[in-house]
Amino acid sequence: MTGLLLLSIYVAAFFLCFFVSRFAVQKLFTKKDFTSLKTVTFGDESAVQANRAASVLSVVLVFLLWVAFTNSILPLPKATGPFVGEVQFTYTSTGPEGQTDDATVKILVYPEDIQFYKDTAGNPMAIPPKPATDPGDGFAKNDSLVVPRYGSKVINVLGNDEITKRGGAKVTHLNGQAVAFGGSVDISGGSLSLTEKGTPFFVPSPGLRMARLYLPAPELTLSRFLQLNAEGYRNFTLLEHTWASLQRVVLGFLFGTLIGVPLGYAMGLTNWSRGWFDPIVEFMRPVPPLALIPLMIIWFGIGEQSKIILLFLAALWIMAIAARSGVSGVAIAKVHAAYSLGASKSQILRKVIVPNSLPEIFTGARVAMGVCWGTVVAAELVAAEKGLGMMIMVASKFQLTDIVIVGIILIGIIGFLIDVGIRWLERIFVPWKGKI
Amino acid sequence: MSGLMIDNISMRFDLPGGGSVQALKNVSLNIKAGELMSVLGPSGCGKTTLLNIVAGFLAPTEGQIRLGENVVHGPGPERGMVFQQGALFEWMNVRDNVSFGPDMKGVSRKQSGPKVDHLLEVVGLQDFKEKAIYELSGGMQQRVALARCLANEPDVILMDEPLGALDALTREKMQSLVLDLWKETGKTIILITHSVEEALLLGERLLVMAPRPGRIHKEYNLPFADLGVGNDLRDVKRHADFSITREEILGMIWEMEEEIMGRTEAAQ
Repeated sequence: MTGLLLLSIYVAAFFLCFFVSRFAVQKLFTKKDFTSLKTVTFGDESAVQANRAASVLSVVLVFLLWVAFTNSILPLPKATGPFVGEVQFTYTSTGPEGQTDDATVKILVYPEDIQFYKDTAGNPMAIPPKPATDPGDGFAKNDSLVVPRYGSKVINVLGNDEITKRGGAKVTHLNGQAVAFGGSVDISGGSLSLTEKGTPFFVPSPGLRMARLYLPAPELTLSRFLQLNAEGYRNFTLLEHTWASLQRVVLGFLFGTLIGVPLGYAMGLTNWSRGWFDPIVEFMRPVPPLALIPLMIIWFGIGEQSKIILLFLAALWIMAIAARSGVSGVAIAKVHAAYSLGASKSQILRKVIVPNSLPEIFTGARVAMGVCWGTVVAAELVAAEKGLGMMIMVASKFQLTDIVIVGIILIGIIGFLIDVGIRWLERIFVPWKGKI
Repeated sequence: MSGLMIDNISMRFDLPGGGSVQALKNVSLNIKAGELMSVLGPSGCGKTTLLNIVAGFLAPTEGQIRLGENVVHGPGPERGMVFQQGALFEWMNVRDNVSFGPDMKGVSRKQSGPKVDHLLEVVGLQDFKEKAIYELSGGMQQRVALARCLANEPDVILMDEPLGALDALTREKMQSLVLDLWKETGKTIILITHSVEEALLLGERLLVMAPRPGRIHKEYNLPFADLGVGNDLRDVKRHADFSITREEILGMIWEMEEEIMGRTEAAQ
């Protein structure tokens, strides 16, 4: 349900921001370049430029939703939170001879992640004691208990009474209302019901925010990041984890490129090579690298070697196919021209085919890098000492969701930076791309 | 320099679906050194095939091409080629494109530099040496292609509709340029074109080819190329013989196209 709510808020915000920026503050974003004079933009891909204001708003919105739907301390709009504090109700016990007596139950709902907070002395806080209560008179005695938020508790109210369940007593009323077994009553701070066997059951209201276990608040994630950065995780600093993953990716990608590009050229240049390698490449290309992990472990063990070979295989086919289509994309007139200008085969390869296939190879490199980066995380899930994937996997086993989130954000940012880097190289090496 | 002998060329190849195509049949030609010959014909008459055979990109099934004493077996620098478009190297600037031929031969830039500079001046691109190819207009690009071909000092220049992609005005200027370059360098040129007017203006000899199988239909010897050198081509076009010959050739090609259409319709 919360998911649907989030989605509808997101969609609503998308359109709201669009109309607000379109009708109210559009002047801020209006450019006066040539493209701005095009009247046909719907359908003209070249006239569509990313609205940077929308990009900023989009990121801000994700952050706001993150704050709103977690128990963040940031002073920003929040969704209804989970109930925390004291709540009480009365129950009426009816004895075997029809005699009745009322008693009060005090419930203290405490934050489920209380042990992560420090008290004024700097010690981790403990689960609070049960609220003080006197037994009261009558055969039904008062109870008190503590429940964590997002938790629930079956309350054995008759256990301390003079007439217990075995003695024939049963709970017939809650807060003065008659309740049948399986029924429920409204109560502030949560829901109160009787189980099928007649025991009161209390669930404190969870609200719409997500518990720390499922999604830690932004400031918690940030402080975890700072802590990881300062102290490291599992004997290695965050930088070492990142570097370990990056190193595997770069090595696997480099080997894949070093073998894949010549392979692709060979397939693009000679009948024999194309015939020879075509079945292998076409067979291996659709096999997802993740499916090869078990085989890599069986063949090459669980060490660094098997991971790099896996990434090599992930990059190899992509680069081979990119290089092959790069060769087939060479206009035949260019090759003919070069031959009739006296170029030899090796000169044709170096001066015509290689430069002409660079755009395709760069596109392939971007895809291959993306796949390698995705594969490395999965590869590290199995027996790695360091790496971002290993960090995520181990943290998830200890339910340290904040570390998982830190890892995910780092993986995303680094993947994005790699892509930006390759595009930058592409602009330097292939300045003519898209201009012919 | 030596003449080009096209000796009884035939070309026939199998189609993947069965059957075969006779692209050229018994084409013989003798082109003297320094001649400018234009080739006309309806589409599918095999003129580009003929040019590719002369260039060495295709092997004829019969006959042979001889340049002087040498039989042509493949592409070579003595037969330069100018394409319609898209044959320049975008990853090089104008100067690097033009000096591609000398570079491939291992001639140092110091040696080839003056010649390259001179050629760029001849085609009017001296101020664009460092420009990238994609920054030039279509006409400028074809001038680079001409200069690149000339920088390699071929004996024969093969032109496959070199001006076909240009607008009318640029085309006219380029026609003058081709004539001037031809006179200045004295190269043998074979020019394939779709434009009857261009073929008449530039060709010392004009070859009309007929399709299915591709063969020589008629040959003309024309005075217009010599008239046009250094002169306004529009004056040449006003020459009385010019329009007579143009109409004659147009009618000839028109008839052939009609015949092809009729045949295709009948086949359907």
